[in-house]
Amino acid sequence: MGAPIRMRGKLANGKAEIRALMTHPMQSGAMKDSAGKLIPAQFITEVTAVLNGTRTVLASRWSGAVSQDPFLSFRFGGAKAGDTLTISWKDNTGDSRSDTMTLA
Amino acid sequence: MKHPSRRTALQATALLSALSSIGLLGTSSASASTDPFKAKSVAEALKAMGAEPATSADIQLQSPDIAENGAVVQVSISSSLPKTEEIHLLVEKNPFPLVASTVVPDGTDAFVQLRAKMGQTTTVWALVKADGRWFTASKETKVTLGGCGG
Repeated sequence: MGAPIRMRGKLANGKAEIRALMTHPMQSGAMKDSAGKLIPAQFITEVTAVLNGTRTVLASRWSGAVSQDPFLSFRFGGAKAGDTLTISWKDNTGDSRSDTMTLA
Repeated sequence: MKHPSRRTALQATALLSALSSIGLLGTSSASASTDPFKAKSVAEALKAMGAEPATSADIQLQSPDIAENGAVVQVSISSSLPKTEEIHLLVEKNPFPLVASTVVPDGTDAFVQLRAKMGQTTTVWALVKADGRWFTASKETKVTLGGCGG
């Protein structure tokens, strides 16, 4: 399940600015450990952000080259206080995480 | 239940199409030979995406001149091209240059900020699809300590 996505949002004039910090090792599968063995790939492959359960405001596909504990920042219009924003990620091992915040 | 307006339906279709084109709706449409995330060079990734981009001054790509820690290099891409649909980040010297593909739905700012791993000094590419056409901007980032364990 992973640790919760930490989210912060700022609302100004109908525009939301969102910052999210995810906890994930983001192992590309190309690195070796101290014993010289390849560390298996474990990285977020998809990220989506949906407003009020219906409007997709962001959708990304990532490779293992995104840094560990990914930081995400994005902005969208048509937002108001009370709107809910759900950010979700899926990784290559089948793990996933979804967290929701209310814009204020 | 209200029926979606025609405009909403068109937006939804365009969104689904964009999601599918970057491989977010299952991999049935992206075989190993055409998945840009499996491309080993920028040229191969562009070919896989069907992109023949023109350089554009309307893409603002920010990447450090010198990155001391190649494991965490902050890059941001902003596009002032009208009808920007997709923003892609490529790191030329990485084994798989395509790092991130982002769909920009209507109403979302054409802006992506990420922290990426860069194995060595490299050209960083912003590739933008706007109104069905492709554009790029690039800059070099020197990496002093590579992001793959040096």
